[in-house]
Amino acid sequence: MLRIEDLHVYYGAIHAVKGISIAIPKGGIVTLIGANGAGKSSTIRSIAGLVKNVKGRILYTPPDGTEMNIAGRRPEDMVRLGIAMSPEGRRILPHLTVEENLKLGAYIRTDTDGVERDRDHVYELFPRLKERSWQKGGTLSGGEQQMLAVGRALMSSPHLVMLDEPSLGLAPLLVKEVFDIIGEINAQGKTVLLVEQNAFAALKIASYAYILEVGAIALEGRGEDLLKDPRVKEAYLGG
Amino acid sequence: MFVQHFFNALTLGSLYGLIAIGYTMVYGILRLINFAHGDMFMLGAYFVFFATTLWALPWSLAVVVAIIGTALCGVLVDRMAYRPLRDAPRISALISAIGVSFFIQNLSLVLFTGLPRAVMRPDWLVNVIKFGDIRILPLAIIVPIVTAALVASLLWVIYRTKPGLAMRAISKDIETTRLMGVPVDKVIAMTFAIGSALAAASGIMWALRYPQINPFMGLVPGNKAFIAAVFGGIGSIQGAVVGGMILGFIEIMVVAFFPGLSGYRDAFAFILLIVILLMKPTGLMGEKLEDKI
Repeated sequence: MLRIEDLHVYYGAIHAVKGISIAIPKGGIVTLIGANGAGKSSTIRSIAGLVKNVKGRILYTPPDGTEMNIAGRRPEDMVRLGIAMSPEGRRILPHLTVEENLKLGAYIRTDTDGVERDRDHVYELFPRLKERSWQKGGTLSGGEQQMLAVGRALMSSPHLVMLDEPSLGLAPLLVKEVFDIIGEINAQGKTVLLVEQNAFAALKIASYAYILEVGAIALEGRGEDLLKDPRVKEAYLGG
Repeated sequence: MFVQHFFNALTLGSLYGLIAIGYTMVYGILRLINFAHGDMFMLGAYFVFFATTLWALPWSLAVVVAIIGTALCGVLVDRMAYRPLRDAPRISALISAIGVSFFIQNLSLVLFTGLPRAVMRPDWLVNVIKFGDIRILPLAIIVPIVTAALVASLLWVIYRTKPGLAMRAISKDIETTRLMGVPVDKVIAMTFAIGSALAAASGIMWALRYPQINPFMGLVPGNKAFIAAVFGGIGSIQGAVVGGMILGFIEIMVVAFFPGLSGYRDAFAFILLIVILLMKPTGLMGEKLEDKI
C-alpha cells in the first residue's frame, strides 16, 4: 500500500530522518518504534504532508489504482487519497464538540449518509464518545480524547490510518483498550501505521516493525521476532 | 430628542460593528490585524459610486456589485500580501498589512483622485419621516435591521455550515485542521471575502448617511472599528458587534449631552482603548490567549 524509499527530512540544519526505507503492506499493522528524536514523528508527518523539506520517494498505491509518488503533496491531498492521521498529543479541538470534531474529520466527504454511518461506527467502537457527543472536546479525559483522535482519523474513510503515539500519557488499562481497538480497526480492513514509544504493546500487535535510532533504521523484522530479540529486549523492553 | 440620538447611535454602532467583525474574524483565524480592512470599507463606497455613475447601474444592483467587488479585493489582499507570509514570523504579516493599507489608500488617491465625491442616495432612504415631534431618517431604522440580518446570517454560517466549522477549527489549531483534509487556504480566503463584504456593506451605508466619500474615509472608522473589536474581545464576533455598539453610543451621546466636548469625539474611542487595555486586555467577550500582537 505504501513504500518509502530513502526518505530524508530536514529542519533547517537538522537532518532528522537520514534515508530510511519502509514498506507497509495492504492490510498490515506496521509500527515504527524508537526513542524521542529518533525520527518516527518526522517520518509519519512526511507521509501526512505536514513536512515541507522532504527528499526521497513516498510511493502510495490506492486500493483501486496504480502506484504514485506522493512526497511533498499537501495534507488535504493525502486525506483525499485515503491517508488519515491521528496526530501526536491527540490535538482535539477543545472548543468544538465531540460530534463537531468527528465532522471535521469527514470534511472532504460529501456523502452525508456515509458520514453518518461512519460516525455511528465510531460511536460503536467507542461508546463513551457517544455518551459525550455534545460535550466540548476540551472537557474530555485524556483517554477519551485519544479515542476521539482515533475516531476522527477514521471519519475520512481512509485506507491507511496512521497513529502517532496513541498510548502517550494513558494509564496502562487504557493503553490496552486503545491497542485492542487498533487491532479491531485493522481487522475491519484498514491498513495501520503505528508510531510508538511503548515498544512492547506496539510489537505485540504489529505484523512488521522498524526500530529507529537517530534518524535511521537500526533494526527491522516481524513484531513477534523483535519481541524475542535480545538487543530489542535490552534497549526497549526494559531488559 | 433622545429617540433621535438613540437611532443615530444605533446606526453608527452598527456601522462600526460591521467593520469590526472583519478585524475580529481575520484576527481569530490568523492572529493578524488586517490594517487594510478599513480600506475595504472605503472601496465598498467607491464601488457604489462608480457603479451608479460610470456604469450607470441602478442603485440596488450597484450595491450587489460593490459587495462582490470588495469581497474579491479582500481575497486579493490575502493572496498577494498575507498568504506568501503564512509561515513567516507574525510581525512580517503585520508590517505587510500596514504596507497594503498605505498602498490601497494611495492607489485610490491616484485612481479616484482626492476630490470628495457625492454618492447617489435613493430618496426612500433619506426622506425624513416624522412621528409627531420625532424626525428620523429611514436609514437610521434600516441600517440596524440590515446589520442584524447580516450578523445573524454570519453566525449561521459560522455555527451551522461546514466552512464555518473549518473556520472555528482553524482559529484554534491550523495544522490539525489541515490534517483533517480542510483546504485551509480556501477557508481563509473565504474569511477575507466575508469580512470585506461586511466592511463594504458598512461603507455603502456610511456613504448613505454621510454622502461625501474620499480615499481616506476608511481611516478613522477603520481605527474605531478596530478599537471596537479589541474592546469587545478580539476574536469574538459577538464581541465585535457589542464593542461597535458601545463605541457608537458613547460617541453620539457624548456629543449630544456635552456639546462642548464634540471636538474630542474621536478621542473618546482611543481613551476607551487605553482603558480597556489597562483593565481587561482580553476585552469584554474575549478569551484568554497566550500571545497577541
